[in-house]
Amino acid sequence: MPKTLGMKCRECGEEYPLAPIHVCELCFGPLEVMLNWEEVSKKVSRKSIEAGPPSMWRYHDLIPVEGPPTVGLNVGFTPLVKATNLGKLLGLNNLYIKNDAVNHPTLSFKDRVVATALTKAREFGYDTVACASTGNLANSVAAHAAEGGFKSYIFIPFDLEQGKILGTLVYGTNLISVNGNYDEVNRMCAEAGGKYGWAFVNINLRPFYGDGSKTFGYEIAEQLGWRAPHHVVVPCAGGSLVSKIYKGFNELDRLGLLDGGVPTKMYAAQALGCSPITTAIKNKAEIFKPQKPNTIARSIAIGNPADGHVAIDTVRKSGGWAEDVTDEELIDGIKLLASTEGIFTETAGGVTVAVARKLAAQGRFEKDEIVVLAITGNGLKTQEAVAEHLGKPVLIQPNLTSLEQALNTERLLQSV
Amino acid sequence: MAVNVLIPTPLRKYTNDQEMVSAEAGNIASMVTDLERQFPGIGARITDEQGEVRRFVNVYVNEEDIRFLQGKDTELTDGDNISIVPAIAGG
Ligand SMILES: Cc1ncc(COP(=O)(O)O)c(C=O)c1O
Ligand SMILES: [Zn+2]
Repeated sequence: MPKTLGMKCRECGEEYPLAPIHVCELCFGPLEVMLNWEEVSKKVSRKSIEAGPPSMWRYHDLIPVEGPPTVGLNVGFTPLVKATNLGKLLGLNNLYIKNDAVNHPTLSFKDRVVATALTKAREFGYDTVACASTGNLANSVAAHAAEGGFKSYIFIPFDLEQGKILGTLVYGTNLISVNGNYDEVNRMCAEAGGKYGWAFVNINLRPFYGDGSKTFGYEIAEQLGWRAPHHVVVPCAGGSLVSKIYKGFNELDRLGLLDGGVPTKMYAAQALGCSPITTAIKNKAEIFKPQKPNTIARSIAIGNPADGHVAIDTVRKSGGWAEDVTDEELIDGIKLLASTEGIFTETAGGVTVAVARKLAAQGRFEKDEIVVLAITGNGLKTQEAVAEHLGKPVLIQPNLTSLEQALNTERLLQSV
Repeated sequence: MAVNVLIPTPLRKYTNDQEMVSAEAGNIASMVTDLERQFPGIGARITDEQGEVRRFVNVYVNEEDIRFLQGKDTELTDGDNISIVPAIAGG
């Protein structure tokens, strides 16, 4: 029996056979892969998962590909770090960082979605992959295309950070920089659509791509000793990740693998300069209004989020909330996580930390509840964001007089 | 007013696989009406029972999202290029 049975529209319920298509023909709603739960529930147990590899593929039975993984075998199973110092500051005794800033190989959670999408692309018989990206997806598709021997075409807005551009080019891809913002890049890619016979990971492979993010949720629950946390704060761009983490918890619960069910409240985090999802949630609006992004948090600068409705539904259904922060606040967030926990995250992570701080100040978390921050990307990729906010190294001559002088004049010696 | 409409893949089965079609319309709402007249069945895919553009459908006039313009009342002029595009993920 196959593990994946077909696809179903999340909006109207229409069903489709398994194919590289991404939207419902009736209502344009997003399609989701239907797993064969009868088979899956016979196979999966805590033991079977724990016996798997130390990667996202320990959940292979729950990932919508048929065969074994062929690309990205070492992705995932990143550390869940107990953040005691930051916790103290926020008044939380059980604060955790799920640290995908050190995901293998391209240092963001996108490696999860790409490993899934490219394994499926190979099953569908594609030899060329493509994506539109705000940066992290570009890095990951380029790297995994190289590993998997695919040709690749990658479309980005022209004004991405240098680290994201270099970190794409180095893998030897066709990088196309589009004179427009991400939403314009995306529209163009959608119009190009099936024209070239490529596997577009965020377009025709979207149902598979999306479910790669479920593993972020599975891992959190397993690492907490098979329980879902009380609160998870997630940076939102297209709005997929936040709902897939929640889906991950609920699937484990459905399989009877969790102690204490899914009490989890999900929180959406965005930058004020691109906040269609958080604005809709905070205003209790029925639909989100697209925005023209204006923020240094480029990785999450999507003004017209494809899964925005899904993200909003997820946050509401879970009883969570949303917040947005200014660029200054997100820079402080990056510095705060670095100085308290020794973890250097990118702009999206700065948003998450700053939003968590706001939510904590609003009294949304009980002090002993388990709170998890989704840290989804690495700070070395967005150095421009903090470069002007860190001071400079102190330059001295290689002798003790110079050292002594510097320690005194720069007031580097802590007075006791 | 004659405008050009780019049809997305999921709707091309209504247009005999034509990617680009022409419509007579003064605004987006009447464009949908004219498309329905030419290609029966296509209208209900784009708008709902209340005539509102479905929430997963994006419509652009000369590359601008109509939600930044006047929505379904956005006026059209001769030669405008309209794209109908499903929402897509990414990041
Ligand atoms: C670092 C980082 N965090 C979070 C996200 C948000 O993911 P989603 O588009 O699934 O909301 C992205 C998307 O690009 C990202 O690059
Ligand atoms: Zn549907």
